[in-house]
Amino acid sequence: MRKGQLFWGAAVVLLAALPPAALALQQPFYLDLVRRVMIFAIAAASLNLILGYGGMVSFGHAAYLGVGGYAVGVLSHYGIDNGWLQWALAIGASALAAAAIGAISIRTSGIYFIMITLAFTQMLYYLGISLDEYGGDDGMRLATRSRFSGLVDLDSPVAFYYLVLALMLLVLYLSHRIVRSRFGRVIRAAKSNEARTRAVGLSPYAYKLAAFVIAGAMGGLAGALLVNHTAYLTPEFMNWTRSGELMFMVILGGMATTAGPLLGAFALLIVEDLLSGWTEHWQVILGPLLVLAVVFFKRGIAGSLFHDRE
Amino acid sequence: MVLVLEQILNGLQLGVMLFLMAAGLTLVFGIMNLVNLAHGSLYMVGAYFAAALYQWTGSFPLAVLLALAGTLAVGIATEVIALRTLYERDHLDQVLATFGLILFFNELVAILWGRAAIYSTVPDYLSGHVELAANFRYPLYRLVIVAVGLAVALLLWFVVARTRLGMLIRAGASNRTMVAALGVNIRLLYTIVFGCGAALAGLAGLLAGPIYVVQPGMGELILIQVFVVIVIGGIGSIRGAFFGALLVGTVDTLGRAFLKPVLAAVLSPTAAEAAGPALASMLIYLLMAAVLAIRPRGLFAARA
Amino acid sequence: MTANSPMLEIRGLIKSFGALRATDQVDLDVREGETHAIIGPNGAGKTTLLGQLSGTLRPDAGAIRFAGEDITRLAAPARSHRGIARSFQITSVYRDFTVLENVALAVQAHAGHSFRFWRAADEVPELAQPAQRVLEEVGLTARSGVLAARLSHGEQRQLEIAMVLATRPKLLLLDEPAAGAGAEETQRLIRFLGGLKRRHTMVLVEHDMDAVFTLADRVHVVLDQ
Repeated sequence: MRKGQLFWGAAVVLLAALPPAALALQQPFYLDLVRRVMIFAIAAASLNLILGYGGMVSFGHAAYLGVGGYAVGVLSHYGIDNGWLQWALAIGASALAAAAIGAISIRTSGIYFIMITLAFTQMLYYLGISLDEYGGDDGMRLATRSRFSGLVDLDSPVAFYYLVLALMLLVLYLSHRIVRSRFGRVIRAAKSNEARTRAVGLSPYAYKLAAFVIAGAMGGLAGALLVNHTAYLTPEFMNWTRSGELMFMVILGGMATTAGPLLGAFALLIVEDLLSGWTEHWQVILGPLLVLAVVFFKRGIAGSLFHDRE
Repeated sequence: MVLVLEQILNGLQLGVMLFLMAAGLTLVFGIMNLVNLAHGSLYMVGAYFAAALYQWTGSFPLAVLLALAGTLAVGIATEVIALRTLYERDHLDQVLATFGLILFFNELVAILWGRAAIYSTVPDYLSGHVELAANFRYPLYRLVIVAVGLAVALLLWFVVARTRLGMLIRAGASNRTMVAALGVNIRLLYTIVFGCGAALAGLAGLLAGPIYVVQPGMGELILIQVFVVIVIGGIGSIRGAFFGALLVGTVDTLGRAFLKPVLAAVLSPTAAEAAGPALASMLIYLLMAAVLAIRPRGLFAARA
Repeated sequence: MTANSPMLEIRGLIKSFGALRATDQVDLDVREGETHAIIGPNGAGKTTLLGQLSGTLRPDAGAIRFAGEDITRLAAPARSHRGIARSFQITSVYRDFTVLENVALAVQAHAGHSFRFWRAADEVPELAQPAQRVLEEVGLTARSGVLAARLSHGEQRQLEIAMVLATRPKLLLLDEPAAGAGAEETQRLIRFLGGLKRRHTMVLVEHDMDAVFTLADRVHVVLDQ
C-alpha cells in the first residue's frame, strides 16, 4: 500500500496547491479546468462503484448528473437558492431515479441491461428537452449559485475549488470503504461469479440495487456541483454520449481502483482539451484513440501503475 | 378519422424503418454476441451516400444502388478492421470501442459534408400523393417505404426460414459454439451477417433521408429506438424485431400525435400542454418497461 | 420431521430440454446421515438432477421435499439457507478473491444480512475465524492468502468443499468431487469425505467406483433410456 499512500499524498498536495499557483501565474483557466476534472472524478467514482467493482455496465449514468443538476437548477429558477436544500434534493432525487431505473434494469443482465439503462437515460434526456419552462433543449442559465448560509461562497472560484476538492476526497474515501466492507464484498462476489454467489446463499438483486442507488446519489451530487460550475443547466448533462465519456473515464483510469476515477477524468478531459485546441474536428482523432485504448490498454492507468497482477 | 388513419400509416412507416435497423442489429447481437453501437453510423452513411450520389449522378435508382454498395463496403471494412478483435471481448469493451467508432464516423461526416443538415430529395415520380380513400391523400414516398420494408421483411423471412444460410443463421443465434464446432466457416458467416446488417441499415438510412434530417449524429437518435425495439422483441429474433418495430413505431407516432389532445380532453389544456409532449416522448420507454416486467427476455427471445 | 421420514424426498421429478428428457420420473429418498451415491453414464442426467435439487434448474413436474418442506419452487439462495449446499462439477470459486476471502464470503452469506458499509470485511473476526477453522478442516490453511486463480486444480476442489462446509449445511450435494483428480488426490478426498460422513447427509454424484463403494450407503443408478 506504500505506493498508494505516496500517490494520494502527492495528489492532495498538488491539487491543494493549484489555486495559489494558478493565480500567481495569472492562469485562472487551470483552476476552472481542474475543478471540472474533479467534479467528473466524483461522477466517475460513482460509476466505478457499479461498473468497475460491480460489473454492471450501466450506460445511462449521465442521467443522475442530469437529475442532480436539474434539481438545483429548477429550484434556483423558482428563487430557492438554499444550497443545503437544493443539494439534498439533488442527491435524493437522483437516488430515487436510480431506484426506479435500477429496480427494472437489474432484473436483466448482459446486453439487455446495457440497452435498458441507455434507453432510460434517453427517456430522461427527452423529458429534459420537452420541459420548455426550463429552457427545453437550449437549457437555461442558473439564476444564482447555491448559497450555503455564508459558509462557502460558490461565486468565489477558489472557495468553490476547495469545496469540490474536499467533496471529491470524501466521495473517494467513502467508495474505498464501501468496496472493502461486507456490502462491497457481496457486490464484488456477484461480479466475479454470480452462480456461486447464489449457491452460497446470497440474492444479489437487493445488493446490486442498493449499489445502484448509492451510485445514483453520488452522481446527483456531481450534477449539483456541475451545474454550479457551469452556471448553466442543459439537458446535454444527460446526453448518452456523456454516459459514454464517464465509462471511458472509469476504464482509462483503471476499473475497480480507488485512484482510477480521478486519473481517468484527468486523462480524458485533458486529452479532449488538448485535441480541441488543435482542431475543431478533434473527435475524429479521439474516436480511434478510444478504440485503441479499449483494445490495448484495458487495465487503465491505475491498473498499470499500482496493481501488479499476473 | 382521416387523421387517425394518416398517423397509423405514419406509424407503420416508422415501424418498417425501425425493423430494417433492428433486423440487422438483432442478428449481430444474437449470432456474434456483439453490441454494435456504430450500427447507427451505417444508417447515417447510407443517408449521406444516397443524398450526395443523387445530387452527383441525377439518377435516383443509381444513387440507391451505389449508396447500398457503399454502405456495405464501409460496413465490411469496419468489421474487418475494427470489430474482429471485439468478438472475443466482453460487452463493456464492445460498447466502448463502438462508441469510439461513433465519434469517428460523426466527425468524419462533418468534415466531408459539414455539420449543418444536408438536403435530400426524392425524384418527381416518387413525390406527390396517392388518393387512398375519399378525402384521404397520403404521400407516395411514405407508401413506398412501407412497401419496401414489408418486401424486405418477406425476403428476410424467406432467407432465414427456407435457405441453408438462414439455417446457419438460426443455428448460430441459438448456439454459436456448436455451429463453429460443426466446421462452418464462422468468420465468413460473421462477415456475411454483418454485411447484411450494414446493408439493411444503409437502406433504412437512404429511405429516411428525404423525410428526416440528414446530419451528423442522426444515427444515434434512431439507434436508441432500435434498442427499445430489440429489447421488446427479444434478442436474436427477427420475428421479434418485426413485431417490436411495428409496435414501437405505431405507439410512438400515435402517442406524439394524439396524447396531447387526449390529455387536454381528459385533464386540462394547460396540463396537456405541459405534460403532453413530455409524456409522448417517454411513451416507448414506458412500454419497454412494461414488457420487461412481464417478459424479461422480450416477447420472442430466440435463445434457450 | 419424524425420525422415520427421510431428509430428502423426490417424487416423480421430470425435466426436459426440448425433446430430450433428462430427468424421467425420478423417485428418491435420502435418509438423514446417509451418503447416497448417484451413478450412471455421462449425459444420463445426473448433473441435471443435482441442479434441480440445488435450485439452479426448475423441474417441469414432480416434487422435492426437504426436511418435510416442499422446496420444489424455492430459489437457490433460499435453499442454501435451509441447509442445502452444493459443489459444482466444474470448479466454481471466486478466482479474484483469496482463499480466505472465498470461505469468509460463504460464512458471511449465513451471518445475517450484508448491508454493512463501513467496517472492512476482512477485519471482521466473526467471519474470518470460522473461515480459518474450515480451511484447517480441509487442509488449505497454508494457502489462505493466495488468490484462488493461482491454486492448483486439486486445491480449487478443496476450496470448493471448504465453501460448502462453511455454510454449515445439513445436506451436501457433491457433483463429481473427484473429477480430474489423480489417484493419490482421490484417495485423500475419499478419506476426507469419509470423515464428513458422520456429521453430514450427502448426495454424491461420482464416476469413481472406489469412492462410491467406500462412501455410499445406498446407490441410485441413472440410465439413458
